[in-house]
Amino acid sequence: MTIDMSQFYQVFFDEAYELLAEKEKLLLALDVAAPDSEDLNAIFRAAHSIKGGAATFGFTDITEVTHMLESLLDRIRKGEMTLTTEHVDAFLTAKDVLTMLMEGHQHGSSVDQDAVGGVCQRLKALSDGQAAPAAAAPVAAAAPEAAAPAAADAEPVADADGNFHYRIELPVVPQKDVEALATELGLLGTISQETLADQRAVFTLVTSEGRDTIVAICSFVLDPDDLRITHAGGAASAAPAAAPVAGATPADPGYALFEQPGPETAIQPAAPAAAPVAEAAKPEPAAGEAKNWGRRATDKEGASAESSSIRVGIEKVDQLINLVGELVITQAMIEQRINALDPIVHERLLNSASQLARNTRDLQEAVMSIRMMPMDYVFSRFPRMVRDLAAKLGKKVEFVTRGAATELDKGLIERIVDPLTHLVRNSVDHGIEMPEKRRASGKNETGKLTLSAAHQGGNIVIEVHDDGGGLNREKILAKAKQQGIPVSDAMTDGDVWQLIFAPGFSTADVVTDVSGRGVGMDVVKRNITAMGGNVEIQSVPGSGTTIAISLPLTLAILDGMSVKVGDEVYILPLGYVIESLQPAAADVKEIAGQGKVVKVREEYLPLIPLYQIFAIEPRFDDPSQAIIVILESDGKKAALLVDSLVGQQQVVVKNLESNFRKVAGISGATILGDGGVSLILDVAALLRSSHQLNADTIYS
Amino acid sequence: MTYTTQTQTRVQDAGESAGSEYLAFTLGREEYGIDILRVQEIRGYEPVTRIANAPDFIKGVVNLRGTIVPIVDMRIKFSLGTPTYDQFTVVIILNIGGRVYGMVVDSVSDVMTLKPEQIKPAPEIGTAFDTDYLIGLGTLGERMLILVDIDKLMSSDDMGLIEQMAA
Repeated sequence: MTIDMSQFYQVFFDEAYELLAEKEKLLLALDVAAPDSEDLNAIFRAAHSIKGGAATFGFTDITEVTHMLESLLDRIRKGEMTLTTEHVDAFLTAKDVLTMLMEGHQHGSSVDQDAVGGVCQRLKALSDGQAAPAAAAPVAAAAPEAAAPAAADAEPVADADGNFHYRIELPVVPQKDVEALATELGLLGTISQETLADQRAVFTLVTSEGRDTIVAICSFVLDPDDLRITHAGGAASAAPAAAPVAGATPADPGYALFEQPGPETAIQPAAPAAAPVAEAAKPEPAAGEAKNWGRRATDKEGASAESSSIRVGIEKVDQLINLVGELVITQAMIEQRINALDPIVHERLLNSASQLARNTRDLQEAVMSIRMMPMDYVFSRFPRMVRDLAAKLGKKVEFVTRGAATELDKGLIERIVDPLTHLVRNSVDHGIEMPEKRRASGKNETGKLTLSAAHQGGNIVIEVHDDGGGLNREKILAKAKQQGIPVSDAMTDGDVWQLIFAPGFSTADVVTDVSGRGVGMDVVKRNITAMGGNVEIQSVPGSGTTIAISLPLTLAILDGMSVKVGDEVYILPLGYVIESLQPAAADVKEIAGQGKVVKVREEYLPLIPLYQIFAIEPRFDDPSQAIIVILESDGKKAALLVDSLVGQQQVVVKNLESNFRKVAGISGATILGDGGVSLILDVAALLRSSHQLNADTIYS
Repeated sequence: MTYTTQTQTRVQDAGESAGSEYLAFTLGREEYGIDILRVQEIRGYEPVTRIANAPDFIKGVVNLRGTIVPIVDMRIKFSLGTPTYDQFTVVIILNIGGRVYGMVVDSVSDVMTLKPEQIKPAPEIGTAFDTDYLIGLGTLGERMLILVDIDKLMSSDDMGLIEQMAA
């Protein structure tokens, strides 16, 4: 049996991206003056895991970078070197380079070799420059091509052919795994196998490959922590030369002996061994002024949660949700039937039914929660962005997140990233003032940017708050006039703030490469509306701006208003509905050949008679007897003529196209409480083409 | 829907030697047959939700255990029989390539097994269905079944159930 490595590539990439993200998060949370040794260890472990994986798959470039990163980190966490912001910067750059390299391997995208070389040099310089016993640290690892001969010389146990003798003790595993491992390890060199008294298998392997390679191969089958690898030759050795995983710096004795519980030995966790060392050598406060811009005052909740998760295809989850949905409908049906029974005669049946109802509800909640992801998934990418942006603009920003554990549907969470990025960027660029200006106005030099998420009813509210200068009402009004947007000085603040969502609107004096081109806020608004949410702005001059995004918890559920025309019930998404009223007969005017308009609050709105569009026999065709619902979409308003309003309810959106075809004017369907189907109106399309909609265009 | 596919494969394997099974139903005075493997279930007629501006024969959509399923009345489509809706009206639920449709017919009689030699090519004229949609005529003793290529029929432009590329 041979293992086709390529099938594991995706797993490696997934894991590596996760580890990199984790590493970045930890780096940003790190207090440079007094780093937490546990955090340093975690960063080290992340780098190490990536290195191990990359070496297994033969991504030597990734291995090189991670290796240098790892050796530098190791020195820091052992207290041989003091952590400075330079280190953190270098680590972050290294993270970017690694991401680039991985994308290069995964998608074949281009790789900037200069950047790779640059970061290697930088890490090497840092590693060299402040190494305590500088002479003892030739950093064998820095350049693999150089390292190869050097390490070979320093190799006491390598036999004449440059091979090492390893003794690999396995934990108790099924026989077939042992055989598979033996075959796989056999590819590396000569292998022999024996069985210990307690049924454990022991391999003796003669190979030129490194220990990491062995661990990596074994880790497909068993937990590397259970693995015990010792040198059959008995003498100490450094990591082998042939593998690009060039191993340790000779300066580090703990590294060179596999028998010792060094940081690399998986035999026992590295953390406890290293922690006291780091504790003892409490680093001095960083040289120079500690740059505190962009440091993340993170809320610690769930930060150290162990990742014990499984990967499941999203379609499996969706299937589960659908099945549970069916169960809920069936359960509702049973409940309806049973309610007709005599409660005394059928007491036990009724009790069981109510228990079924409870269980079904719990099950539904549990299943729905699978699709939910914490907002941290989105929030975690901002500290870095804010930090870099603040540094670039010369601003000081403290970034705070709240409610990162708030959960939101996965589909929505992916779509909220871009709009939110835009808003955060805007806040840093336009919201928060320069330090001098802040000082002049009596504020703390460091601006505060808060990103928070919270549940409110059936919605999630995400707020981006800055304590900057606030929006400038006069400037916005002036700009709007200049761009020919109809405005009046009497407009309320709320209306004025909404102007910034107009396409092409920007009040920035200077167009920077960060923002100011006026593309964006309209896109933000459009994206959020498309998700069924809305955006609100609150701003107080001199003390800051809050932009609140309110979103439904899941795409599958919609707040709807049911309206009746003739005998048919349709659902209007509530987000589009402004108001509903019964117009006076005098307010309805006919325009020759163009249909009717209705006057509402001094505004003439086109009247869309739903009964005409859908060819329904209405109860009323006289608008003054029926009800009109004022709808707004993309800034266009219209009045929809219906017979009556039925009510307001949350509905589960079902796709009409999965078994049928697209129907003009209809965006989907839903199942009502009685099991019947009701169609959801596509308001945007109705408004867009209200004058063209007729039987011909709908169904040809 | 997955379990249906599995059943289909299993039955197909078994059916190769013994001939194929067809569900027989009537429209007016004619008896038709469709591949039983395309039939998901048979139900009574339930009130539908009308789809605005759709052709007459598309009665509307119903909720089939959480799935929205369009209902087609073959009696209207092919002007056969009388489109009445009562407790005896039968809807055959078809599952074709993962898409689910309901088809209203006059009645469903039984399932017949036909060997390849019992199926004769369809004549050019004589049925309400276009010969393009026919597999052939199946004979079993006195009975004659008009075998319909239901896959082809339901996905055709005529039915308008599927968004056509050009449309």
